Amino acid sequence: MAGRTIVVVGASLAGFRAAEELRARGHDGPIAVVGDEPHRPYDRPPLSKQVLAGTQPPEALALTPAEGSVEDLGLDWHLGTTASALDLAAREVVLGGGDRLPFDGLVIATGARAKQLPGTDHLSGVHTLRTVDDCLSLRKALEAGPARVVVVGAGFIGAEVAATCRGLGLEVSLVEALPVPLERGLGPTMGAVMADLHRDHGVDLRLGVGVVRVEGGDHVEAVRLTDGTVLETDVVVVGIGVTPNTDWLEGSGVPVDNGVVCDATCRVAPGVVACGDVARWPNRRFDQMMRVEHWDNAVEMGAHAARTLLADLDGLSGEPYAPVPWFWSDQYDRKIQLAGLAGPDDEVQVVAGSVDERRFVAMYGRGGRLVGVLGMSMPAKVMRWRPMVEQGTPYDEALAAARAAS
Amino acid sequence: MRVVVDFDLCESNALCMAAAPEVFEVRDDDYLYVLQEEPPEELRDKVEEAARRCPKQAITIEG
Repeated sequence: MAGRTIVVVGASLAGFRAAEELRARGHDGPIAVVGDEPHRPYDRPPLSKQVLAGTQPPEALALTPAEGSVEDLGLDWHLGTTASALDLAAREVVLGGGDRLPFDGLVIATGARAKQLPGTDHLSGVHTLRTVDDCLSLRKALEAGPARVVVVGAGFIGAEVAATCRGLGLEVSLVEALPVPLERGLGPTMGAVMADLHRDHGVDLRLGVGVVRVEGGDHVEAVRLTDGTVLETDVVVVGIGVTPNTDWLEGSGVPVDNGVVCDATCRVAPGVVACGDVARWPNRRFDQMMRVEHWDNAVEMGAHAARTLLADLDGLSGEPYAPVPWFWSDQYDRKIQLAGLAGPDDEVQVVAGSVDERRFVAMYGRGGRLVGVLGMSMPAKVMRWRPMVEQGTPYDEALAAARAAS
Repeated sequence: MRVVVDFDLCESNALCMAAAPEVFEVRDDDYLYVLQEEPPEELRDKVEEAARRCPKQAITIEG
């Protein structure tokens, strides 16, 4: 494999872990890493928590390999540089400035970008949170001591920002079009528990209402809701989901449909793989197409895609990528973790601890099988019972086993 | 190989236990216990995976 050139487009967690794995598996040819931000790869989860709260400096975010230093990986950095096109026939990535990077193997790890609220382009004071620069800009706005912060969207980013703002002593209104926070990630029953958690901490929850428009001249002044309420504010944080960064692949022949479409092994085309938030693939464990936006998936899929790429370049097949997704979210002093899936129609039962004490484990069942284990501040049990999700344990059996162990 | 955990960073997410149960255990008190500070070489891949998957980057491997 000596001398082969690999280009990794995307310099965040998935791309970085892919590059690290390429080296760990003995790839000794050049690896170019293209990133649109000016920064070396850094860790994003603290951006809605510790860095936003000012308790962790942004310098502490730098990602490092499991062993040794970033320098040891010998990567050729192209930072502050966008990839504008892919020429599969010539096997070249076209950069924004017109330069071309030839490759033998390509890792697509361009991630996703935060969706904006329509009609807010001209308004200052309306924030999204994806990058460290977004975070520092929002932090500056919070340090000015606004009378109220309006958070639009109660997904993970919105819920964490709301919690962090309350921790800073700021008044927060959290606006969500669905009936409960985190419904998409946790389903309605546990979403209601999350609503209570935010109420416990004094968040003004506005559920089941949408945003009509954000009002203001140059700077935001108010958010008008579909129920007629007008929330006066000078800081708005928008967390309404992300859009996969696939624009640069238009016309390249790479299949795009809500992300880059991969096969079960993360392969996209000969010598091309994708990973992280941008990648959609058939997860055979759950027999469904998935695009997972979680931190742990970026780590695992980045490494997996790298192994598939090396196999493919050697004319071999990669292994199927069939993980049980896992994520965590820290809100207030609670740690929320989910191993597996949690759909709106799943059955949910608490198997350990107590919802009232905000410390419990719940199990999700679908079609008679255990599909997810959710914990609030009970991390050991979530991880101990995760293998039952991996094994597709019958739901009743999983409930009985968990209750017997509690 | 020596495993070092920065317990100021550790939040007991327990991903390390899933990757390398021979080395890491998060018990029901929700604290992490390192079972082997100098695990044998055959566990290196697992310990490296544990380090990579730690959401707090609290695990480092020396040697």
